[in-house]
Amino acid sequence: MEIAVKINGEQHRHDVEPRTLLVHYIRDTVGLTGTNIGCDTSSCGACTIHLNGESVKSCTMFAVQADGEELLTIEGLAASVNATDGQMHPMQEAFRSCHALQCGYCTPGMVMASVSLLEENPNPNEQEVRQGLEGNLCRCTGYHNIVKAVLECAQGGAK
Amino acid sequence: MSIMGTRVLRKEDPKFLTEGATYTADISHPKLKGAVHAHFVRSTMAHAKILEIDTSEAASQPGVLAVYTAQDIPESVAPAPVMVPVFPPSMMHRPHLATGSVRFVGEPVAVVVAETPAQAADAADLVFADYEPLPAAVGLAQAETDNTVIYEDVGSNTAVDFKNMNMVTGIGEEDIFADCEVVVEHDLINHRTAPAPLEGRSMACVWDDGRLIVWASTQTPHGFRDNLAAVYGLEAENCQVIAPDVGGGFGQKIGITADEIVLPWLSQSLNRPIRWTETRTENLTACGHGRAQLQKVKIGGSQGGQIKAYRLQITGDAGAYTGLGAFLPFYTHLMAPGVYNFPKVETTAKSVVSNTTPTLAYRGAGRPEATAAIERAVDLFAAECGLSPVEVRRMNLISKDSFPYTTPHGTEYDTGDYETALNLALEAADYPALLEEQARRRAQGSVKQLGIGVSVYVEITGGPAPGGQEFAKVEITPEGKAKVYSGSFSHGQGHATTFVSVAADQLGMDIDDIEFIQGDTDLVAEGTGTFGSRSFQFAGSAVYDASRSVVDVAREIAAGLLEANVDDVLVDAEADGFHVAGTPAVAVSWAQVAGAAQEQGKKLMHEGQHHANCTYPFGAHVIVVEVDTETGQVTVPQVVTCDDSGTIFNPNIVEGQRHGGIAQGIAQALTEEVVFDEDGNPITSNFADYGFISAAELPSFKLVPLETPTPHNPLGAKGIGESGAIGATPATQSAVVNALSHLGVRHIDIPLTPERVWQAIVDATAQN
Repeated sequence: MEIAVKINGEQHRHDVEPRTLLVHYIRDTVGLTGTNIGCDTSSCGACTIHLNGESVKSCTMFAVQADGEELLTIEGLAASVNATDGQMHPMQEAFRSCHALQCGYCTPGMVMASVSLLEENPNPNEQEVRQGLEGNLCRCTGYHNIVKAVLECAQGGAK
Repeated sequence: MSIMGTRVLRKEDPKFLTEGATYTADISHPKLKGAVHAHFVRSTMAHAKILEIDTSEAASQPGVLAVYTAQDIPESVAPAPVMVPVFPPSMMHRPHLATGSVRFVGEPVAVVVAETPAQAADAADLVFADYEPLPAAVGLAQAETDNTVIYEDVGSNTAVDFKNMNMVTGIGEEDIFADCEVVVEHDLINHRTAPAPLEGRSMACVWDDGRLIVWASTQTPHGFRDNLAAVYGLEAENCQVIAPDVGGGFGQKIGITADEIVLPWLSQSLNRPIRWTETRTENLTACGHGRAQLQKVKIGGSQGGQIKAYRLQITGDAGAYTGLGAFLPFYTHLMAPGVYNFPKVETTAKSVVSNTTPTLAYRGAGRPEATAAIERAVDLFAAECGLSPVEVRRMNLISKDSFPYTTPHGTEYDTGDYETALNLALEAADYPALLEEQARRRAQGSVKQLGIGVSVYVEITGGPAPGGQEFAKVEITPEGKAKVYSGSFSHGQGHATTFVSVAADQLGMDIDDIEFIQGDTDLVAEGTGTFGSRSFQFAGSAVYDASRSVVDVAREIAAGLLEANVDDVLVDAEADGFHVAGTPAVAVSWAQVAGAAQEQGKKLMHEGQHHANCTYPFGAHVIVVEVDTETGQVTVPQVVTCDDSGTIFNPNIVEGQRHGGIAQGIAQALTEEVVFDEDGNPITSNFADYGFISAAELPSFKLVPLETPTPHNPLGAKGIGESGAIGATPATQSAVVNALSHLGVRHIDIPLTPERVWQAIVDATAQN
């Protein structure tokens, strides 16, 4: 089945099997491997992307369901806020300055979920951040610095 | 000025954050063009005889190139070398694919190779294995009885009794508790958990003109290479293992697994490059688990709280085949008396096989089990004496002027200051205020009771004695920049930042002028890898040594250029090169020295192994819980830890290690447990069923700094990778019991599920 999807501002057209998951399409067909797969039950959130501006676990959708839609992955995040010259999205900057990543595997999904969290709730308290990221698992950081990064980003950027 | 102690941001992060790291499954290399995909068919029975495996239907599916079972693999594919060769041969030498019988659910029995991953997975479902079920020995209590013997040739499920090897003392003839006024005994469970790195196992390989090239998600690239070279009869230089970015390991990716060993043969027999990435269910059922011990503790002393004797009897669950996990009860024995100066200690330690997933060295690997046992025992003893658990600890801690301290087992602790760690943690938690709040809630009969848990621990890193080694090479480029090669390998620990910082400090260079190379056995001559909290102390020291050796040669060359005495010449980051002490205005740069070295035919390069003894990090955790006495639900409002790992080079990295360990330690106490049913079926085989801890179940952590350097390496550093996981589990367990102690609760097994906690409350209330 042929689909047309806009990913990170670029139009893609592909013939996909109806059963192909969106995450497999993004990784294997489009070749954007920043989005990771960490489980097989939609529990870990490593594959979180934005669909029409809202975060979604891309393993919970078929590629065909994204036909005609607009996607944003980690590779397009900095450009989406017109960051230039090696600059990053404020959330990416906050993750870096707070040492909110170690092995990096959950990171793209975690960053995308965090951006979406602040769009819905621009000024969350710690508990709201923790609840908001409950669906994104991290094994390395104990979440401490991730929560710190999101709160610092909400407060106007990394310190 | 030294970089030591500054929060240098990670060099890895911009790529990880903007395009994502490059994990094995992301590798796009010309040599992997046209790669086929493997999918394993796994046993659905915990213990059974294999009668027949019908692969015909699977083999005829679209895209399928081949379906193989054990009998297809030629003998030329040798058995994998054994990591710890102390077990009966049949238990140690696991077949590449199950042969004759299966011994745990998840054991590979066949493998399908197809053009796409989906075709391979679809066809794998059509492989029909006919089994004759055998009784399964599941769980330690059952396996230990030998009612069901898994290896008939051995005749018992006991894989090793360390007493028979004279590695543990055993129970002596003397009654070590004879002069004790108070004696407490208890059975403890240190249940099975899953390491659960977010990236599971993944591998790709290709044969290139007789040479095997492998990309793999591993903690030990050189060990992986050595295993494959041995299995396939290759010289080491004809087997290249490249570990790209790796998405966590936690002990699960030390060495190599049976599944990974088969892949080069598949590639060889089909003459195609091959890829394999396991699913989460495969990772949770087939790769390996941690912990899994039953412990009997007995502790005795005076009514006033002086502990005189301690006995720990350890039975470890090896799972179906004896890997590293089967050896870990020995590590638990090594650290049995923990931070205490008990005069008499006895241990027994053994491992038994069972029809479950093999165990391995999960974060802490034997030491969390030791700490959990002794800390629980001390709490039980304090409760029996009617004394404060904090006071009983203070009374029995090894004092800071006793180091180096040799335990009754002969383990020699390097340096420590346990009481200061405990005091700092209590102070940061405001212990008196917590006690007041607890008393207030008890007096009011609040639904939510407050519990304060304390643990003090010491562990062994880079061990066992006499320690270990790691390789480093430092070379100066003709442009006057540097390259640092490390035999250690970061799978999240930030070596590219920390090790480069160590070199930058010694070389007087900017960290951006230093390139870091790891994880490719063609580029890095030797290596051991990252596990057991060993990297910074061994590999960091190796980089330090190599950098200083290079500077020594460079100073001689610089002295020539400056027409000065070499003893007066120093390297100076501020001056961007070398100058005579006191006259920085006249300096020669690294580039000038590199140029002169080339003209003089001198090499600005040093490589070598750094050998060092193991080290003993320690600390204290204070964890506060709220227990809902109506539901048994536990929440964790406060975590304070003081974890001393000697000299700290980059606080960001060290704190990050502590955070992750603390979370995993709390997870074991509260939410995470690998469970099998009585037939050996795994019922926590995915992240919907396994209680992987999330952000919502944890608070932020308060970390108290303390630095007691070790004399065992030039950096003064001890390991920090596992400390958090060691202190947090017993402190959490202690806190929950403490919250309910006024009701008469003395002990609840981990994990402290609401049901278990609620039951303990009900039982205690009924008794009173």
